[in-house]
Amino acid sequence: MIPVAFDYKKASSVQDALAALAAGGEDAKLMGGGQSLLPVLRLRLNAPSVVVDCSSIPEIKGIKDEGGKIVIGAGTTHHAVMNDPAVKSSLKVLADATASVADPQIRHRGTLGGALAHSDPRADQPPVALALDAEFTIAGATGQRTVAAADFFQGPFETAVGPDEILVSVAFPKLDGWGGHYEKFNRAAQAWSIVGVAATVRMEGGKIAEARIGLTNVGGTPHRASAVEQALVGASSIAEIEAASMHASDGLSPFADEDADVEYRLHLARVLTARSVAKAAGIS
Amino acid sequence: MQHIKVTVDGTTYHKEVEPRTLLVHFLREDLGRVGTVVGCDTSNCGACTVLVDAVSVKSCSMLAVQADGSEITTIQGVSDGNDWHPVQSAFKECHGLQCGYCTPGMVMSSIDLLNENPNPTEAEIREGLEGNLCRCTGYHNIVKSVQRAAELMEGAKS
Repeated sequence: MIPVAFDYKKASSVQDALAALAAGGEDAKLMGGGQSLLPVLRLRLNAPSVVVDCSSIPEIKGIKDEGGKIVIGAGTTHHAVMNDPAVKSSLKVLADATASVADPQIRHRGTLGGALAHSDPRADQPPVALALDAEFTIAGATGQRTVAAADFFQGPFETAVGPDEILVSVAFPKLDGWGGHYEKFNRAAQAWSIVGVAATVRMEGGKIAEARIGLTNVGGTPHRASAVEQALVGASSIAEIEAASMHASDGLSPFADEDADVEYRLHLARVLTARSVAKAAGIS
Repeated sequence: MQHIKVTVDGTTYHKEVEPRTLLVHFLREDLGRVGTVVGCDTSNCGACTVLVDAVSVKSCSMLAVQADGSEITTIQGVSDGNDWHPVQSAFKECHGLQCGYCTPGMVMSSIDLLNENPNPTEAEIREGLEGNLCRCTGYHNIVKSVQRAAELMEGAKS
Protein backbone atom coordinates (compact mmCIF):
# COMPACT_ATOMS: atom_id res chain seq x y z
CA MET A 1 0.00 0.00 0.00
CA ILE A 2 0.96 3.65 -0.29
CA PRO A 3 1.65 5.23 3.12
CA VAL A 4 -0.59 7.92 4.55
CA ALA A 5 0.77 11.35 3.59
CA PHE A 6 3.35 12.84 5.94
CA ASP A 7 5.81 15.70 6.01
CA TYR A 8 9.47 14.84 5.60
CA LYS A 9 12.46 16.49 7.21
CA LYS A 10 16.00 15.40 6.48
CA ALA A 11 17.99 16.18 9.63
CA SER A 12 21.56 17.34 9.13
CA SER A 13 22.62 17.20 12.80
CA VAL A 14 21.41 15.83 16.13
CA GLN A 15 20.28 19.34 17.10
CA ASP A 16 18.39 19.62 13.83
CA ALA A 17 16.64 16.28 14.48
CA LEU A 18 15.71 17.28 18.04
CA ALA A 19 14.28 20.59 16.79
CA ALA A 20 12.23 18.79 14.12
CA LEU A 21 10.96 16.31 16.72
CA ALA A 22 9.91 19.13 19.04
CA ALA A 23 8.24 21.05 16.22
CA GLY A 24 6.45 17.93 14.96
CA GLY A 25 4.68 17.20 18.24
CA GLU A 26 3.65 13.79 19.49
CA ASP A 27 3.09 12.25 16.05
CA ALA A 28 6.59 13.03 14.78
CA LYS A 29 8.68 9.94 14.08
CA LEU A 30 12.43 9.46 13.81
CA MET A 31 13.65 7.27 10.98
CA GLY A 32 17.08 5.61 10.87
CA GLY A 33 17.45 3.40 7.83
CA GLY A 34 13.68 3.02 7.57
CA GLN A 35 13.77 -0.75 7.21
CA SER A 36 11.29 -1.27 10.06
CA LEU A 37 9.41 2.03 9.77
CA LEU A 38 8.68 1.99 6.03
CA PRO A 39 7.03 -1.47 6.05
CA VAL A 40 4.91 -0.26 8.98
CA LEU A 41 3.93 2.89 7.08
CA ARG A 42 3.11 0.85 3.98
CA LEU A 43 0.76 -1.31 6.03
CA ARG A 44 -0.71 1.94 7.41
CA LEU A 45 -0.11 0.72 10.96
CA ASN A 46 1.35 4.13 11.77
CA ALA A 47 0.62 7.58 10.39
CA PRO A 48 3.25 10.07 11.56
CA SER A 49 2.72 13.80 11.02
CA VAL A 50 6.37 14.18 10.11
CA VAL A 51 9.15 11.69 9.43
CA VAL A 52 12.51 13.00 10.62
CA ASP A 53 15.15 11.24 8.54
CA CYS A 54 18.34 10.67 10.54
CA SER A 55 20.17 8.72 7.83
CA SER A 56 22.30 11.70 6.79
CA ILE A 57 23.56 12.92 10.16
CA PRO A 58 27.36 12.60 9.99
CA GLU A 59 27.89 12.79 13.77
CA ILE A 60 25.89 9.60 14.46
CA LYS A 61 27.63 7.51 11.81
CA GLY A 62 30.82 5.52 12.13
CA ILE A 63 32.71 3.22 14.47
CA LYS A 64 35.39 4.44 16.87
CA ASP A 65 37.90 2.29 18.70
CA GLU A 66 38.34 4.09 22.04
CA GLY A 67 40.79 1.82 23.78
CA GLY A 68 38.69 -0.27 26.14
CA LYS A 69 35.50 0.12 24.16
CA ILE A 70 34.12 0.39 20.67
CA VAL A 71 31.66 3.21 20.16
CA ILE A 72 29.22 2.74 17.29
CA GLY A 73 27.21 5.67 16.00
CA ALA A 74 23.48 4.94 16.06
CA GLY A 75 23.21 5.67 12.34
CA THR A 76 25.86 3.14 11.33
CA THR A 77 24.44 0.53 8.96
CA HIS A 78 24.37 -3.17 9.77
CA HIS A 79 26.59 -3.73 6.75
CA ALA A 80 29.23 -1.38 8.15
CA VAL A 81 29.02 -2.92 11.64
CA MET A 82 29.42 -6.54 10.53
CA ASN A 83 32.35 -5.74 8.23
CA ASP A 84 34.27 -3.47 10.60
CA PRO A 85 37.68 -4.99 11.51
CA ALA A 86 37.54 -3.80 15.14
CA VAL A 87 34.03 -5.21 15.61
CA LYS A 88 35.01 -8.51 14.01
CA SER A 89 38.06 -8.94 16.22
CA SER A 90 36.83 -7.53 19.55
CA LEU A 91 33.05 -8.07 19.35
CA LYS A 92 32.61 -11.23 17.31
CA VAL A 93 29.19 -11.95 18.81
CA LEU A 94 27.93 -8.54 17.62
CA ALA A 95 29.35 -9.12 14.12
CA ASP A 96 27.67 -12.56 14.00
CA ALA A 97 24.31 -11.32 15.24
CA THR A 98 24.38 -8.37 12.83
CA ALA A 99 25.23 -10.61 9.87
CA SER A 100 22.08 -12.63 10.68
CA VAL A 101 19.76 -9.59 10.49
CA ALA A 102 17.34 -9.82 7.55
CA ASP A 103 19.20 -9.82 4.21
CA PRO A 104 21.97 -7.89 2.41
CA GLN A 105 19.69 -5.21 0.95
CA ILE A 106 18.15 -4.44 4.34
CA ARG A 107 21.58 -4.49 6.03
CA HIS A 108 22.74 -1.83 3.55
CA ARG A 109 20.06 0.60 4.80
CA GLY A 110 19.12 -0.55 8.30
CA THR A 111 21.11 0.81 11.24
CA LEU A 112 22.27 -0.58 14.56
CA GLY A 113 20.79 2.34 16.47
CA GLY A 114 17.53 2.13 14.60
CA ALA A 115 17.17 -1.57 15.42
CA LEU A 116 18.04 -1.07 19.09
CA ALA A 117 15.73 1.95 19.50
CA HIS A 118 12.92 0.11 17.66
CA SER A 119 13.44 -2.75 20.12
CA ASP A 120 11.44 -5.41 18.37
CA PRO A 121 11.25 -8.34 20.84
CA ARG A 122 12.50 -10.64 18.05
CA ALA A 123 15.49 -8.51 17.05
CA ASP A 124 19.00 -9.98 17.02
CA GLN A 125 21.15 -7.16 18.41
CA PRO A 126 19.31 -6.26 21.66
CA PRO A 127 20.41 -9.51 23.41
CA VAL A 128 24.01 -8.75 22.41
CA ALA A 129 23.82 -5.21 23.83
CA LEU A 130 22.28 -6.58 27.03
CA ALA A 131 24.77 -9.41 27.49
CA LEU A 132 27.73 -7.11 26.83
CA ASP A 133 26.52 -4.35 29.19
CA ALA A 134 26.54 -1.82 26.37
CA GLU A 135 26.07 1.85 27.22
CA PHE A 136 23.58 3.96 25.31
CA THR A 137 24.12 7.69 24.77
CA ILE A 138 20.86 9.55 24.29
CA ALA A 139 20.52 13.22 23.34
CA GLY A 140 17.66 15.49 24.38
CA ALA A 141 16.90 19.19 24.69
CA THR A 142 18.93 19.45 27.89
CA GLY A 143 21.99 17.59 26.62
CA GLN A 144 23.20 14.01 26.59
CA ARG A 145 22.74 11.21 29.09
CA THR A 146 24.00 7.65 29.33
CA VAL A 147 21.80 4.63 30.01
CA ALA A 148 22.98 1.09 30.80
CA ALA A 149 21.65 -1.73 28.63
CA ALA A 150 19.92 -3.25 31.67
CA ASP A 151 17.78 -0.09 31.88
CA PHE A 152 17.44 0.59 28.16
CA PHE A 153 15.03 -2.16 27.09
CA GLN A 154 11.75 -1.50 28.87
CA GLY A 155 9.14 -3.49 26.96
CA PRO A 156 8.15 -4.58 23.47
CA PHE A 157 9.06 -1.63 21.22
CA GLU A 158 9.74 0.47 24.33
CA THR A 159 13.12 1.83 25.37
CA ALA A 160 14.61 4.51 27.59
CA VAL A 161 14.68 6.88 24.60
CA GLY A 162 11.99 9.47 25.29
CA PRO A 163 9.62 10.81 22.62
CA ASP A 164 11.67 14.02 22.41
CA GLU A 165 15.07 12.29 22.39
CA ILE A 166 17.38 10.59 19.92
CA LEU A 167 19.80 7.68 20.38
CA VAL A 168 23.27 8.94 19.43
CA SER A 169 25.67 6.04 19.98
CA VAL A 170 26.18 2.71 21.69
CA ALA A 171 29.45 1.79 23.45
CA PHE A 172 30.45 -1.86 23.73
CA PRO A 173 33.28 -2.96 26.03
CA LYS A 174 35.93 -4.71 23.95
CA LEU A 175 36.20 -8.43 24.51
CA ASP A 176 39.57 -9.20 22.98
CA GLY A 177 40.40 -12.88 23.10
CA TRP A 178 36.84 -13.91 23.93
CA GLY A 179 35.03 -16.42 21.74
CA GLY A 180 31.63 -15.40 20.47
CA HIS A 181 28.68 -16.84 18.59
CA TYR A 182 25.09 -15.97 17.74
CA GLU A 183 22.81 -18.97 17.37
CA LYS A 184 19.64 -18.07 15.51
CA PHE A 185 16.74 -20.43 14.99
CA ASN A 186 14.16 -19.56 12.36
CA ARG A 187 11.99 -21.18 9.75
CA ALA A 188 13.34 -19.59 6.60
CA ALA A 189 16.09 -17.34 5.28
CA GLN A 190 15.65 -13.71 6.39
CA ALA A 191 12.92 -14.67 8.89
CA TRP A 192 12.91 -13.33 12.45
CA SER A 193 14.45 -15.43 15.21
CA ILE A 194 11.99 -17.82 16.84
CA VAL A 195 14.62 -17.79 19.56
CA GLY A 196 18.18 -16.43 19.26
CA VAL A 197 21.07 -16.75 21.70
CA ALA A 198 24.11 -14.47 21.87
CA ALA A 199 27.00 -16.09 23.72
CA THR A 200 30.48 -14.85 24.40
CA VAL A 201 33.02 -16.64 26.60
CA ARG A 202 36.54 -16.19 27.89
CA MET A 203 38.52 -19.42 28.07
CA GLU A 204 41.35 -20.22 30.45
CA GLY A 205 43.23 -23.49 30.18
CA GLY A 206 40.46 -25.15 28.16
CA LYS A 207 37.77 -24.14 30.68
CA ILE A 208 35.18 -21.39 30.55
CA ALA A 209 36.36 -18.63 32.90
CA GLU A 210 33.62 -16.09 32.15
CA ALA A 211 30.48 -16.13 30.02
CA ARG A 212 27.84 -13.63 28.93
CA ILE A 213 24.58 -14.84 27.49
CA GLY A 214 21.64 -12.91 26.02
CA LEU A 215 18.46 -14.35 24.52
CA THR A 216 15.96 -12.82 22.12
CA ASN A 217 12.27 -13.49 21.56
CA VAL A 218 11.67 -15.25 24.88
CA GLY A 219 9.73 -12.29 26.29
CA GLY A 220 8.92 -8.66 25.62
CA THR A 221 12.53 -7.59 26.14
CA PRO A 222 15.88 -9.34 25.64
CA HIS A 223 16.84 -11.68 28.47
CA ARG A 224 20.17 -11.97 30.27
CA ALA A 225 20.74 -15.58 31.32
CA SER A 226 22.73 -14.81 34.48
CA ALA A 227 22.14 -18.25 36.02
CA VAL A 228 23.70 -19.90 32.95
CA GLU A 229 26.64 -17.49 33.06
CA GLN A 230 27.40 -18.51 36.67
CA ALA A 231 26.85 -22.22 36.06
CA LEU A 232 29.20 -22.22 33.06
CA VAL A 233 32.29 -21.17 35.02
CA GLY A 234 34.73 -24.09 34.92
CA ALA A 235 32.87 -25.97 32.17
CA SER A 236 35.12 -27.75 29.68
CA SER A 237 32.89 -30.35 28.02
CA ILE A 238 29.68 -30.47 26.04
CA ALA A 239 27.96 -32.30 28.90
CA GLU A 240 28.89 -29.53 31.34
CA ILE A 241 27.77 -26.83 28.90
CA GLU A 242 24.45 -28.60 28.37
CA ALA A 243 23.91 -28.99 32.12
CA ALA A 244 24.59 -25.28 32.72
CA SER A 245 22.35 -24.31 29.80
CA MET A 246 19.35 -26.00 31.45
CA HIS A 247 19.14 -22.76 33.47
CA ALA A 248 18.48 -20.75 30.27
CA SER A 249 14.74 -21.09 30.78
CA ASP A 250 14.85 -20.12 34.48
CA GLY A 251 12.36 -17.38 35.21
CA LEU A 252 11.16 -17.06 31.62
CA SER A 253 7.50 -16.62 30.71
CA PRO A 254 7.58 -16.45 26.90
CA PHE A 255 4.56 -15.96 24.72
CA ALA A 256 3.10 -18.44 22.27
CA ASP A 257 2.71 -17.52 18.62
CA GLU A 258 2.39 -19.19 15.23
CA ASP A 259 6.05 -20.26 15.36
CA ALA A 260 6.27 -21.79 18.81
CA ASP A 261 4.20 -22.52 21.90
CA VAL A 262 5.51 -21.76 25.39
CA GLU A 263 7.01 -25.20 26.08
CA TYR A 264 8.78 -25.27 22.73
CA ARG A 265 10.24 -21.79 23.31
CA LEU A 266 11.59 -22.84 26.70
CA HIS A 267 13.10 -25.94 25.06
CA LEU A 268 14.69 -23.79 22.35
CA ALA A 269 16.11 -21.43 24.97
CA ARG A 270 17.96 -24.31 26.65
CA VAL A 271 19.09 -26.15 23.52
CA LEU A 272 20.18 -23.06 21.59
CA THR A 273 22.05 -21.69 24.60
CA ALA A 274 24.08 -24.89 24.80
CA ARG A 275 24.80 -24.80 21.04
CA SER A 276 25.74 -21.13 21.10
CA VAL A 277 28.07 -21.48 24.11
CA ALA A 278 29.72 -24.61 22.65
CA LYS A 279 30.46 -22.77 19.42
CA ALA A 280 31.68 -19.64 21.24
CA ALA A 281 33.96 -21.81 23.39
CA GLY A 282 35.16 -23.94 20.49
CA ILE A 283 34.08 -27.11 22.31
CA SER A 284 32.46 -29.86 20.26
CA MET B 1 6.03 18.16 -2.65
CA GLN B 2 9.79 18.10 -2.38
CA HIS B 3 12.37 18.66 -5.06
CA ILE B 4 14.86 15.87 -5.71
CA LYS B 5 17.73 15.36 -8.09
CA VAL B 6 18.61 11.79 -8.92
CA THR B 7 20.69 10.10 -11.56
CA VAL B 8 19.03 6.92 -12.81
CA ASP B 9 20.86 4.67 -15.26
CA GLY B 10 23.07 7.56 -16.32
CA THR B 11 20.37 10.20 -16.80
CA THR B 12 19.93 13.00 -14.25
CA TYR B 13 16.36 13.96 -13.35
CA HIS B 14 14.96 16.91 -11.39
CA LYS B 15 11.52 16.02 -10.04
CA GLU B 16 8.95 17.08 -7.48
CA VAL B 17 7.81 14.16 -5.32
CA GLU B 18 5.46 13.60 -2.42
CA PRO B 19 7.44 12.50 0.66
CA ARG B 20 5.41 9.27 0.89
CA THR B 21 6.35 8.18 -2.63
CA LEU B 22 8.38 4.98 -2.49
CA LEU B 23 11.45 4.83 -4.67
CA VAL B 24 10.03 1.92 -6.69
CA HIS B 25 6.87 3.86 -7.51
CA PHE B 26 8.95 6.90 -8.45
CA LEU B 27 11.06 4.79 -10.82
CA ARG B 28 8.06 3.14 -12.43
CA GLU B 29 5.45 5.86 -12.47
CA ASP B 30 7.40 9.13 -12.59
CA LEU B 31 10.28 7.94 -14.76
CA GLY B 32 8.56 5.09 -16.61
CA ARG B 33 11.40 2.74 -15.81
CA VAL B 34 9.22 -0.33 -15.36
CA GLY B 35 12.02 -2.89 -15.52
CA THR B 36 12.08 -2.71 -11.73
CA VAL B 37 9.01 -4.56 -10.51
CA VAL B 38 6.92 -4.59 -7.33
CA GLY B 39 6.68 -8.13 -6.00
CA CYS B 40 5.49 -8.51 -2.44
CA ASP B 41 5.22 -4.89 -1.26
CA THR B 42 6.27 -6.12 2.20
CA SER B 43 10.08 -5.86 1.76
CA ASN B 44 10.46 -9.64 1.66
CA CYS B 45 10.85 -10.64 -1.96
CA GLY B 46 13.60 -8.40 -3.34
CA ALA B 47 12.08 -8.19 -6.84
CA CYS B 48 12.39 -4.38 -6.62
CA THR B 49 16.13 -4.44 -5.84
CA VAL B 50 18.17 -1.61 -7.38
CA LEU B 51 21.63 -0.25 -6.67
CA VAL B 52 21.71 3.07 -4.82
CA ASP B 53 25.22 4.53 -4.82
CA ALA B 54 26.47 1.10 -5.87
CA VAL B 55 24.89 -1.01 -3.11
CA SER B 56 21.74 -3.12 -3.32
CA VAL B 57 18.57 -1.71 -1.79
CA LYS B 58 14.93 -2.79 -1.86
CA SER B 59 13.34 0.16 -3.63
CA CYS B 60 9.99 -0.55 -1.92
CA SER B 61 11.71 0.19 1.40
CA MET B 62 13.18 3.56 0.59
CA LEU B 63 11.47 6.88 -0.06
CA ALA B 64 12.14 8.71 -3.28
CA VAL B 65 13.07 11.80 -1.24
CA GLN B 66 15.78 9.76 0.47
CA ALA B 67 17.36 9.13 -2.93
CA ASP B 68 17.95 12.87 -3.43
CA GLY B 69 21.50 13.36 -4.67
CA SER B 70 22.18 9.69 -5.28
CA GLU B 71 23.01 7.58 -8.27
CA ILE B 72 20.68 4.69 -9.00
CA THR B 73 21.20 1.72 -11.28
CA THR B 74 18.18 -0.37 -12.26
CA ILE B 75 18.03 -3.55 -14.33
CA GLN B 76 17.60 -1.24 -17.34
CA GLY B 77 20.98 0.35 -16.72
CA VAL B 78 23.24 -2.66 -16.28
CA SER B 79 23.82 -3.15 -20.01
CA ASP B 80 25.16 -0.53 -22.38
CA GLY B 81 22.42 -1.42 -24.87
CA ASN B 82 24.69 -3.55 -27.01
CA ASP B 83 26.46 -6.07 -24.82
CA TRP B 84 24.75 -7.70 -21.90
CA HIS B 85 26.14 -7.52 -18.42
CA PRO B 86 27.93 -10.81 -17.63
CA VAL B 87 25.30 -11.57 -14.98
CA GLN B 88 22.55 -11.23 -17.60
CA SER B 89 24.49 -13.48 -20.00
CA ALA B 90 24.99 -16.07 -17.28
CA PHE B 91 21.30 -16.10 -16.33
CA LYS B 92 20.44 -16.75 -20.00
CA GLU B 93 23.11 -19.39 -20.47
CA CYS B 94 22.26 -21.30 -17.27
CA HIS B 95 18.50 -20.74 -17.56
CA GLY B 96 18.49 -18.90 -14.25
CA LEU B 97 14.83 -17.98 -14.56
CA GLN B 98 11.46 -19.57 -15.02
CA CYS B 99 8.60 -17.06 -15.01
CA GLY B 100 11.13 -14.22 -14.85
CA TYR B 101 9.36 -12.01 -12.34
CA CYS B 102 12.12 -12.17 -9.72
CA THR B 103 14.86 -11.85 -12.34
CA PRO B 104 15.44 -8.06 -12.26
CA GLY B 105 15.98 -8.25 -8.51
CA MET B 106 18.02 -11.44 -8.72
CA VAL B 107 20.33 -9.88 -11.30
CA MET B 108 20.78 -6.69 -9.25
CA SER B 109 21.48 -8.62 -6.04
CA SER B 110 23.90 -10.88 -7.90
CA ILE B 111 25.79 -7.84 -9.23
CA ASP B 112 26.04 -6.47 -5.69
CA LEU B 113 27.15 -9.87 -4.37
CA LEU B 114 29.87 -10.24 -7.01
CA ASN B 115 31.06 -6.65 -6.46
CA GLU B 116 31.68 -7.46 -2.82
CA ASN B 117 32.85 -11.04 -3.31
CA PRO B 118 34.05 -11.80 -6.87
CA ASN B 119 34.56 -15.51 -6.19
CA PRO B 120 31.78 -16.68 -3.87
CA THR B 121 31.22 -20.26 -2.71
CA GLU B 122 27.83 -21.86 -3.30
CA ALA B 123 26.94 -21.21 0.35
CA GLU B 124 27.96 -17.56 0.02
CA ILE B 125 25.79 -17.22 -3.10
CA ARG B 126 22.78 -18.73 -1.34
CA GLU B 127 23.28 -16.45 1.67
CA GLY B 128 24.01 -13.45 -0.52
CA LEU B 129 20.70 -13.92 -2.34
CA GLU B 130 18.64 -14.57 0.79
CA GLY B 131 16.84 -11.27 0.29
CA ASN B 132 15.43 -12.43 -3.06
CA LEU B 133 12.63 -14.92 -3.42
CA CYS B 134 11.86 -17.01 -6.50
CA ARG B 135 8.36 -18.40 -6.20
CA CYS B 136 9.03 -20.78 -9.08
CA THR B 137 11.69 -22.07 -6.63
CA GLY B 138 14.24 -22.03 -9.42
CA TYR B 139 17.11 -21.42 -7.03
CA HIS B 140 19.34 -24.19 -8.34
CA ASN B 141 19.87 -22.60 -11.73
CA ILE B 142 20.06 -19.13 -10.23
CA VAL B 143 22.99 -20.25 -8.09
CA LYS B 144 24.62 -21.82 -11.15
CA SER B 145 24.08 -18.55 -13.03
CA VAL B 146 25.91 -16.57 -10.37
CA GLN B 147 28.78 -19.08 -10.41
CA ARG B 148 28.94 -18.75 -14.19
CA ALA B 149 28.80 -14.94 -13.96
CA ALA B 150 31.75 -15.01 -11.58
CA GLU B 151 33.70 -17.00 -14.18
CA LEU B 152 32.72 -14.61 -16.98
CA MET B 153 33.68 -11.56 -14.94
CA GLU B 154 36.99 -13.14 -13.90
CA GLY B 155 37.69 -13.99 -17.55
CA ALA B 156 36.87 -10.45 -18.65
CA LYS B 157 39.49 -9.09 -16.25
CA SER B 158 42.38 -11.23 -17.52
